[in-house]
Amino acid sequence: MRRRVSDNTLWFWIFVGPFAAGLALFTYVPLLWSVYLSFFDAHNTVSPTDFVGFDNYTAMLRDGAFTSSLGTFAVFSLFIVPATYALALGLALMVNRIRRFQAFFRSVFFLPAACSYVVAALIWKMSIFNGVRFGLANTVLGWFGADQTAWLSTTHPPWYWLVIVTVRLWLQAGFYMILFLAGLQRISPRLYEAAAVDGARPGWQVFRHITFPQLRTTSIAVVLLLVINAFQAFDEFYNLLSDARGYPPYARPPLVYLYYTALGQGQNLGMGSAGAVILALIIAVVTVFQARWFGLGRKEAD
Amino acid sequence: MTISRRTLLGTGAALGLLTACGSNTGRDKGSSPGGKVTLDHWYHQYGEAGTEAAVRRYAAAYDKAKVSVQWRPGNYDQQTAAALLTSSGPDVFEVNGPTLDQIQGGQVADLTALFDGVKDDFNPAVLAPKTYDGKIWGVPQVVDTQFLYYRKSLLKDAGVQPPATLDELVDAAKALTRNKVKGLFLGNDGGAGVLGGTPLYAAGLSLVTADGRVGFDDPAAARTLGKLHQLYADKSLLLGAPSDWSDPSAFLQGLTAMQWSGLWALPAVQKALGDDFGVLPFPKDGPNGKPSVPVGAYAAAVSTRSKHQVEAKAYVKWLWVERTDFQEDFALSYGFHIPARLSLAKKAAKLRQGAAADAVTYATDHGYAQPLLWTPTLQTAYQDALNRIVKDGASPDSELKSVIRKTKDELQRVKKS
Repeated sequence: MRRRVSDNTLWFWIFVGPFAAGLALFTYVPLLWSVYLSFFDAHNTVSPTDFVGFDNYTAMLRDGAFTSSLGTFAVFSLFIVPATYALALGLALMVNRIRRFQAFFRSVFFLPAACSYVVAALIWKMSIFNGVRFGLANTVLGWFGADQTAWLSTTHPPWYWLVIVTVRLWLQAGFYMILFLAGLQRISPRLYEAAAVDGARPGWQVFRHITFPQLRTTSIAVVLLLVINAFQAFDEFYNLLSDARGYPPYARPPLVYLYYTALGQGQNLGMGSAGAVILALIIAVVTVFQARWFGLGRKEAD
Repeated sequence: MTISRRTLLGTGAALGLLTACGSNTGRDKGSSPGGKVTLDHWYHQYGEAGTEAAVRRYAAAYDKAKVSVQWRPGNYDQQTAAALLTSSGPDVFEVNGPTLDQIQGGQVADLTALFDGVKDDFNPAVLAPKTYDGKIWGVPQVVDTQFLYYRKSLLKDAGVQPPATLDELVDAAKALTRNKVKGLFLGNDGGAGVLGGTPLYAAGLSLVTADGRVGFDDPAAARTLGKLHQLYADKSLLLGAPSDWSDPSAFLQGLTAMQWSGLWALPAVQKALGDDFGVLPFPKDGPNGKPSVPVGAYAAAVSTRSKHQVEAKAYVKWLWVERTDFQEDFALSYGFHIPARLSLAKKAAKLRQGAAADAVTYATDHGYAQPLLWTPTLQTAYQDALNRIVKDGASPDSELKSVIRKTKDELQRVKKS
């Protein structure tokens, strides 16, 4: 008996050990190191000696470019979260309704999720939304006699948002549609039968009072994931808008800005780390509020 | 929980596996069998065919050490900056710098001694930004420059003379803009990135003065930069082209009548258009203005983290100071660059005819090199401001005011350290 116990501990460590060590080595150590760096003047070094206290933090919060990048992020998530939510839910409702070819449509809408952000961003930039007359969007506009538009270079009106938002919608709507489909299939048909008996009209009334409330847990998960994904926005922004000379001062989310501060030629790792810590705190606060607001972790029956 | 000897061994083995993976970086470091040291030499990826084979040939010809060349595609500046923080970085590397922070941070070795007796043969304009505190921190390899290409036939059709002032450039670009052809291509961002300080120099100003003060604290700066917005507002600029300013494709495909690009594009333009093109410097603006073109040079530098600094310096001296035959081959046989050595530049027959000769004249007479004190932080701040001036029509006065403030702070910071 005794032997069995120590065997279990042994196997526990054999299986968990490498991952725990990896987690510590590649996640916790860099994380704490970054916090450490944020209190130093760390230009081009990861072992700085020049302690500056909270100077990096005050400089970062006073930096107009950083605060405007937070604004950019806010605009982006206000746009992308509801849009993806609505589109994914709409797709799921439609795919769930059709009786034939369901598997086909499910796969078709899900396929873009398998495409890489970088590849999709390049296709959007080079062939669909390039600024010259033979770009796809400009060709279509040309049929109606419209002038060519430089989608990614025009700031008035900010057409670049159209490119950024559509590429992400295309990429991620299918994935969330699958989550919603799973949620829809878990709703008991008896609820719909009972609603029909009670005289609920199919359509909006049933959706409003049965389907939508029953999808509550799925919705919470989807919104949480969408917000976190929006915070991580980097790939498509970087690939759509950066060039050899850097990045334009608009549509610059926090991660892109910090990337240029800390890892660009400036290599200001102290400032970059301070920015990263500020961003992490914001994410933590937002997530806590979100969890409170949605009542995450509360029992279903409450 | 008790930790038995076996558990300890188990975790130890697991960690051992991890570290074993970590050290396998696929490169051999240190001494090679013949007792010679191995030097890692990094280059950024050049677009021209044959360059990579050439640098490998030079490296193989060195007999005092084994040189392993790494040809690195992608974001080279970021890669070297990160690699220099560790001891597994290169021994010798080419760099679009070295930057002031790299010099002050002690990341690159002092190479002054390599220039004994030959210092005067290096192009002074590009040697100046490699010099700090009276010491030289990199050996310039080749000189690159940028200028304006224009299509003679298109200008003639529109009845436009090659522009000699910025105002004429604005008018010409407008006159040349047709339904399917734009007048001018300054890069997909509207010019803020590639032009940088060039318009300021064309107005007779500078980024940082020789004595280390702000060089554009002058009303003329705002006036000149404001004219760049006119180009954008007139819709004369080509934007969103599939390839950016560094590639002549947009010019060759007839998407634009004029394009700002580099000397490296000249062979391709010549091949496609024959005589139907000319080159111009960035035109002057205002009463104190003079035409301007940027010049710059990649330099060979030695990392102070290298375990073989002495050997690395000897190798750099051999390749970039002594072997003028290789330097000539590197500058002129593949792409199109001006040799960094004045004696070689004078000899080069390829640079003495047609548009190439004009370009070399512009680089010699009107070339300015970005000052070392113009740090990446300032570049970003200035480029952002210029971007807002050009595209958003932001007030050049107030935008420049905040850049000037930032420049003063940054110059203070770098002088302190």
